[in-house]
Amino acid sequence: MTLDASAIIFTATGFIFAPLLFGIINKTKAFVGGRTGAPFLQPYFDLIKLMQKGGVYSVTTGWIFTSAPAVVLASVGVVMLLVPLATSGAVFSFNGDIFLFAGLLAFARLAMILAAMDTGSAFEGMGASREAMISAISEPGLLLMWVALAVITGQFSVEGMLGGDLNFAWSSAAGPAIVLLLVALFLLMLAENARIPVDDPTTHLELTMVHEVMILDHSGPDLGFLTYAAALKLWIFAALLVNIVLSIYDGPLWATATIFGVGMVLTAIAVALVESTMARLRMIQVPELLTIAVGLSAMSAAIALGVR
Amino acid sequence: MLKNGQSIPLDSIPESSFEQFRSALLAEVSGGARVVNFSAQPIGEVRAILFAVLADDAQGSLRVLKTRVDDSYPSLTPDCPQVHMFEREMWENLGLTPVGHPWLKSVRSHDDPANHPFFTMVGQDVHEVAVGPVHAGVIEPGHFRFQCTGEVVQHLEVQMGYQHRGVESAMVGGPHKRTMSQIETVAGDTTIGHAIAYCEAIEALSGTQVPERAQALRALALELERLANHVGDLGAIANDIGYLPPAAFCGRLRGDLLNVTTTLTGSRMGRSFVRPGGVTQDIDDAMLTELRATLDTARSQCVDATGLLFDSRSSVARMTGTGVITADECRELGIVGVAARASGVEVDVRMHHPTGWYESAGLSPVVETTLDSLARVTVRRNEIEQSFAIAEKLLKALPGGPIRVTCADLKSNSFAVSMVEGWRGEIVHLATTDADGRFATYKIVDPSFRNWSAVTTAMRGEQISDFPLCNKSFNLSYCGFDL
Repeated sequence: MTLDASAIIFTATGFIFAPLLFGIINKTKAFVGGRTGAPFLQPYFDLIKLMQKGGVYSVTTGWIFTSAPAVVLASVGVVMLLVPLATSGAVFSFNGDIFLFAGLLAFARLAMILAAMDTGSAFEGMGASREAMISAISEPGLLLMWVALAVITGQFSVEGMLGGDLNFAWSSAAGPAIVLLLVALFLLMLAENARIPVDDPTTHLELTMVHEVMILDHSGPDLGFLTYAAALKLWIFAALLVNIVLSIYDGPLWATATIFGVGMVLTAIAVALVESTMARLRMIQVPELLTIAVGLSAMSAAIALGVR
Repeated sequence: MLKNGQSIPLDSIPESSFEQFRSALLAEVSGGARVVNFSAQPIGEVRAILFAVLADDAQGSLRVLKTRVDDSYPSLTPDCPQVHMFEREMWENLGLTPVGHPWLKSVRSHDDPANHPFFTMVGQDVHEVAVGPVHAGVIEPGHFRFQCTGEVVQHLEVQMGYQHRGVESAMVGGPHKRTMSQIETVAGDTTIGHAIAYCEAIEALSGTQVPERAQALRALALELERLANHVGDLGAIANDIGYLPPAAFCGRLRGDLLNVTTTLTGSRMGRSFVRPGGVTQDIDDAMLTELRATLDTARSQCVDATGLLFDSRSSVARMTGTGVITADECRELGIVGVAARASGVEVDVRMHHPTGWYESAGLSPVVETTLDSLARVTVRRNEIEQSFAIAEKLLKALPGGPIRVTCADLKSNSFAVSMVEGWRGEIVHLATTDADGRFATYKIVDPSFRNWSAVTTAMRGEQISDFPLCNKSFNLSYCGFDL
């Protein structure tokens, strides 16, 4: 395990800038829709506002509901520490930490689902069941992605898989596998972060919601925790995506960091453009889209195994 | 027999026994007629006169059936489902029991839910979802009760009445000074539609001939109301499926069209424009030019805005097959307006029972046959085009002359029906006068009163996550139902 300053600075930057991704997405969507839109910093204003409020708790809820926001934020926060900046290493890393990565995200989701069911509301129960349905398909996709990366690089940690070995793989026969993987990861990012076409983060229609309906009963700092955790999760997925692309480049740290920043902004814009140019899928068709992502991951893993 | 917008003496309507009434009504309905109104006039403590108005769309005529009942009568609903809401309404308002009605509960009052249980299903897989009356968006209050198995809706029941104001009972003894304002707020988004229906009833009862220019201006206002609402609906539907660019575009265009209405009527919603005998405001040549220019621009922009929605495969796919209601179901339930036309049922008062300017318009109904949300959206898009064409035609050859005449007093002991194709569908007003020429009864049927049954039918077997889209594709009024 290494602990170097650049990794700490990188991760701290992530914690600071994660909500900005939402700001960029919303601004871009507004721009494409011909509106001015909220300021880039609106997600921060919202978080600050939420943290200053009190919480309202339904009498039907118990400790599961009250503890979920902290559990979710802590789990996603730890995952943040596993994500490196390109080849420069993460805050901490060990062999097999991909299971920690996947497990913590799953644990955060479990906490959210249980908290939603704890309210006893029909809406939140439906949201929980939809979330479980979506994750049941998307999580295997993510695991297959890790399998493909592990085969390509021969590494078993997040840091290692995104490190120097991936740089060599681009020019090898495994190159196409990486491209497939990127497409799969982009689709999974949309699904895991409750974006269109899987979920609609801006809707007010509770019967169509997935993520938003699960946090309907949370208020004040609790809602702030969950919103911030959602921003961190989007940051994590976008960082994975950018890191895999960035692994093709081998240059000085400052240049890598700059490209990374630009890449994150471009990813946010790409998410916004997808949301601006298509309607949301019917709920019943969401599994089909996710199956495509899983299939791409599987194909990537198969190619990686074949060319090894 | 009478035509839309005519009055006849009450005595001239033959009164038949209930059996004759029943068989005549069923025979007319099986012959293709629609029940556009079924209501009662109370006489004394329990007795009441039932009026049924049947529309023959092919002939463009209305037939009135009349009978006298005590406090109960055998329900017609099992044989003629389209009267089901009317029978429930009469039971609630006057205590007339339709014996054998399959689902007899109040339409508007819900003071004690124990008296009016919702339809429920039992079983391990069934779960119940209650939505409203307070909703997440800024919309009207109404309660929706879903019986679901997983994501699939097995049954939906809609309970309205949260905005019941007693409009109909306030009309009795009228017309009062405030009657016109009350009529204009029966459904705020159909101000012009209801105002025209009311004024045509008054004009029929007083034997007033409305000047041609006023008729044309009324038609123009009605089409502008249709335009603004249809455009607004397309935007709202785009918003509901998460496709924001057309939502913003249509929202802006709706504002432009409301501004055109302001130029014409002095009010964005067309208030205080239509009055018995004509309209209150005339337009001069400068306004005419302005209206033409604005409508021309809006017309081409509407093509662009609806193009955004229809050129996107994902949004077309999203709407295809969602919320299907067949033509047979529409006919059985007496569905009207956009919803019926999207299922291939040709009902449009402007063509089948035209009054005023529409008598010489020679329009044909906009019909779609795919039965789903996409069909309802397509009907709106094509009606937008049709309304622009009508408005252009009107503005090109606006008849001259006065815009208003004075109405005489209402004839005593008379009966009048007036129907208007509002943007949502058929608006029916029925008025009877007493010996002094005041309203004895006044019955309003907003299209929403008929069409909420279409929403519940269309949701059977659908995904519950598709309800908001399905509901918005009908976009019914709550206050128009609640009266």
